[in-house]
Amino acid sequence: MHAYHDLGGTPAGPIEQDDHPAVLWEKRVEALLTLVRRRGLLTTDENRRALESLGADVYHNLSYAERRALALSNNMIAKGVFTIDELAAKLAEIDRRKDPLP
Amino acid sequence: MSASVAKDTMRTAKPAFTPGQRVRVRQVDPPGHIRTPHYIRGKSGVIERFCGFFPNPEEKAYGRSGEPMRALYRVRFVQSHVWTGYSGGALDTVDIDLYEHWLEPAGA
Repeated sequence: MHAYHDLGGTPAGPIEQDDHPAVLWEKRVEALLTLVRRRGLLTTDENRRALESLGADVYHNLSYAERRALALSNNMIAKGVFTIDELAAKLAEIDRRKDPLP
Repeated sequence: MSASVAKDTMRTAKPAFTPGQRVRVRQVDPPGHIRTPHYIRGKSGVIERFCGFFPNPEEKAYGRSGEPMRALYRVRFVQSHVWTGYSGGALDTVDIDLYEHWLEPAGA
């Protein structure tokens, strides 16, 4: 079966060539990925496997940065870097902020 | 790259295939993180070069070491053999990096 991320040979339509510069939180996702790799907490292959394990619906409904953030948090929970409770508490704290992205 | 090839060759088995040899990509569909594109499985090509030994990404994807290292090859395929109804040039080819455990010898 064709995995949902393995698109070679499937009809693609025209290539979207608009410039879409990354916003701050998207850059932070990439910075975090670099950091956890350098600290030996994650390999590129683990990151890719997590992206490929999100399921087709989630994968296609999220933006590039959103799915990378979700795959990263799944990996960090699986490796015990933080717990689900700690993540939930942090998300709740961010929700209470006036400006969620200072 | 030549230095890493030399070092790794000393502690790993020799590559099973040599440049020019015809190989077929295994037609299998395992779970996990697979770097062999679906469209090339079951197709035959020619070893273009041996790229060196590398940790197996299918193992590294699960947090393991990727040992034993796997031989990686660049394999050249004729586009008109890969795609049904290919409308490009008859000499067009596509090169794909493939690990040895995905390849089997193919007849000439």
